[in-house]
Amino acid sequence: MLARPERFFEDRFGLSASALDRLLGSELAGRVDHADLFLEYRISEELVLEEGAVKKASRHVSQGAGIRAQSGERTGYAHTDDLALPNLEEAARQARAIADSASSSAVVAVGGGKPHDLYTLAETPITAALDRKVRLLGQMDAAARAADPRVRQVIASLGSEDVVVLIATPSGWTVGDVRPLTRLNVTVIVEENGKREMGGYGGGGRVPFDFFLEQERWRHYTSEAVRQAVIKLHAVAAPAGELTVVLGPGWPGILLHEAVGHGLEGDFNRKGTSAFSGRLGQKVASDLVTVVDDGTIANRRGSLNVDDEGNVTRRNVLIENGILRGYMQDRLNSRLMGMAATGNGRRESYAHPPMPRMTNTFMLAGQDDPADIIRSVPRGLYAVNFGGGQVDITNGKFVFSASEAYLIEDGQVTKAVKGATLIGNGPDALTRVSRVGHDLKLDEGVGTCGKDGQSVPVGVGMPTTRIDGITVGGTQV
Amino acid sequence: MLDLVQEVLKRAGERGATAADAFLLEDQAFSAQVRLGQVDTVKHAREQHLSLRVFVGQSVAAASTSDLSRASVERLVEEAVSLARVTAPDALGGLPEAGELARSIPSLDLHDPTGHDLAPEDKITLARRCEAAALETDPRITNSEGGDFADRQARYAYATSHGFAGEYETSSFSLSASPVASQNGQMQRDGWYHATRKRERLDAPEEIGRTAARRALRRLGARRVKTCEVPVIFDPDMAASLIRHIAGAAAGPSLYRGASFLVGKLGEQIASPAVTLVDDGTVPGALGSRPFDGEGLPVRRTVVVDRGVLTSYLLDTYTGRKLGMASTHHAARDGSGVTVGTTNFYLAAGPTDPRVLVASVKQGLYVTELIGFGVNGVTGDYSRGAVGMWIDNGELAYPVEEITVAGNLLEMFRAIEGVGNDLVFRDRTAAPTVLIGKMVVAGA
Repeated sequence: MLARPERFFEDRFGLSASALDRLLGSELAGRVDHADLFLEYRISEELVLEEGAVKKASRHVSQGAGIRAQSGERTGYAHTDDLALPNLEEAARQARAIADSASSSAVVAVGGGKPHDLYTLAETPITAALDRKVRLLGQMDAAARAADPRVRQVIASLGSEDVVVLIATPSGWTVGDVRPLTRLNVTVIVEENGKREMGGYGGGGRVPFDFFLEQERWRHYTSEAVRQAVIKLHAVAAPAGELTVVLGPGWPGILLHEAVGHGLEGDFNRKGTSAFSGRLGQKVASDLVTVVDDGTIANRRGSLNVDDEGNVTRRNVLIENGILRGYMQDRLNSRLMGMAATGNGRRESYAHPPMPRMTNTFMLAGQDDPADIIRSVPRGLYAVNFGGGQVDITNGKFVFSASEAYLIEDGQVTKAVKGATLIGNGPDALTRVSRVGHDLKLDEGVGTCGKDGQSVPVGVGMPTTRIDGITVGGTQV
Repeated sequence: MLDLVQEVLKRAGERGATAADAFLLEDQAFSAQVRLGQVDTVKHAREQHLSLRVFVGQSVAAASTSDLSRASVERLVEEAVSLARVTAPDALGGLPEAGELARSIPSLDLHDPTGHDLAPEDKITLARRCEAAALETDPRITNSEGGDFADRQARYAYATSHGFAGEYETSSFSLSASPVASQNGQMQRDGWYHATRKRERLDAPEEIGRTAARRALRRLGARRVKTCEVPVIFDPDMAASLIRHIAGAAAGPSLYRGASFLVGKLGEQIASPAVTLVDDGTVPGALGSRPFDGEGLPVRRTVVVDRGVLTSYLLDTYTGRKLGMASTHHAARDGSGVTVGTTNFYLAAGPTDPRVLVASVKQGLYVTELIGFGVNGVTGDYSRGAVGMWIDNGELAYPVEEITVAGNLLEMFRAIEGVGNDLVFRDRTAAPTVLIGKMVVAGA
């Protein structure tokens, strides 16, 4: 959309660097432990095809500023969608009033560093011509219907956004980022003898529109959606009870996101409310397990040049050969825990204060041949696609719901089973990992993580992995 | 506010829209979180949002902005109209017939003009009292995710190019606590909350805090159970989650796409005769009430399931036309256009004391929390993680966790053997305690 975020807010709203300095300096400097200003301008667009035509299109503009003042453990947060300077001054006064306290230490030095350049695009997805987008959705509809006569309904959607952010602190430090993001999804409904099923697939990232045309990715998404829906038509009841489970590569990495990821976010650990609190240096997984959270992978959905507090993102090792190595931190929690910020301070928008959040979370590849892993299981479940998941941070129990899974009988993948929720205990589940494949794959770029009412785009990944014992919530007793 | 909305509609007409509707939402919110007695986070927010939907012939598009400057509103209109030129025509699109529009706007007492006057310190005090009550309940309450107070007031103005114009104000207040209990190295979090449209009607902070503490304490010592097939009782909040799935399946968009297990089931027995589901947007002062729906149609009371028989779907104008039916006045708005939503949706109270329901179960599960997304709206297949109490010989014997409950929603609703007399409207969707004859519980 544009080259430099600093210029963007000055040209559009008259918010020059010196005006921001004055704002933060006069209202906040020296009186609180930390303060920052987050300016955001977001344009988003969505096109939806159903019944063979794009009948729904929408475009949204949102803009605003969030001002935060922190003192000790207190956070004052005020936001406004009116970017006029007097409004920002008022927001700053409110934020300070909230956080004000007698004991005030010096402003924490900002861990600057050079921001990455992970997703500069010649043409951002939102600026690509509308007629090309409409045509692509039409091609997906035709491809889905051609793929199988049982396809009754095709819903294809393309969402794109451009977000410009600018983060300023009283120490005069300003950093900006321009963040393109796009996602293409297709859902099909199939019907056979009056029985209906649904399948869905998609992908995307911080990539141009042409990404979907390269290697005909759109065609892959479409055929996957149809394949999954058709398989479900003949799925049998899933087993109920504890089983050996083999997870396929890619999106099943949602296991890591739920089982350990959330529990390793700094806020819960600072408060002592995570099942992983106080367990740094301890064994929390099998030797085969190394889990990283990496915000620096080019063009990935979960990647960021800088986090939403202006810290440069990093590749953080969370679990190394089974040993818990680190938490994911934002500025507040890293300061209070005496640890380094890790570039994981994220927020949904200017209307939300930052929190420690994941970026792209995955398990590193192991040595095993995926086919051997399946052959090693006398009786179990092979789960390759999942819907969403959830975790109770405090007792560590997590779920994730398989949407495509098969029985393993005598080392062979046999019948497809219906969707079922898998439930486990975070600090325990990864200790049961007994085989890890050499086929690490990241997901296609569709993940969204919700925490405390805030949604942010994330990625997950995983190689084929065998877990010796996790409860499968089927109906076959 | 209506002036701006009507001005936008006028400009849309000048730019080539043949019909249009628009709304403006202004929102002021405050929230305070206290943790272990100290202020943790306080938020102030002001937001506004203008959203426009235009029809150009039979094509439609929507645009929204939070920037209400003249130039931005001009751009909004341009973008909506030009987007509508790329979308395909749909003969069933369009605004509702003018004759269906609400003629008067009932006063539903949704605003609390004085409730928001409370000073920030006093709001923080409410959150602090709520959390403190939880912390003081028992020495095993050792930590806390905090006590929260939030209030919000919003003004909503909506108008159409064919003559409807209406606006209303709403208030909401909520108070909650999330304590953590611990014993023998095990930690358990739970919580309790209350939400109302009038601040005075909020439950006492101490009552909310103590309930939250009791809920966390009763989870201590939770264990797994062996996989089995048993009767399952859903507490009122969890029973409300079950009827939300029915509302989703009865909603027009899922039905005309064939993505619902209720397709073609109108007039059929889909649940046990003990089940009557009602949506009523006309209840004064209720959280889900509104004086008109998202297309300007009057709200009303709709019986969705009458003693087990599916008697109505939940439709807006477009999905009604797709199904050859009239709107049931359940249009809701988001920035992208019109969706379908419930108002105050509830399972009518039954005759039985919930304690009698529990006493009727020899071995079974009493569910107090569900996690995960294992619900297939197309088939009704249901599988979710559960937390609760094990019922042994009619008594709530011990807490259980790391288990799942699974079945199929249609079979589950047909297997409802008992409905409690304990219906309380704590949220927009409400239900009393429900007993389902048999479900599969997976565990160790």
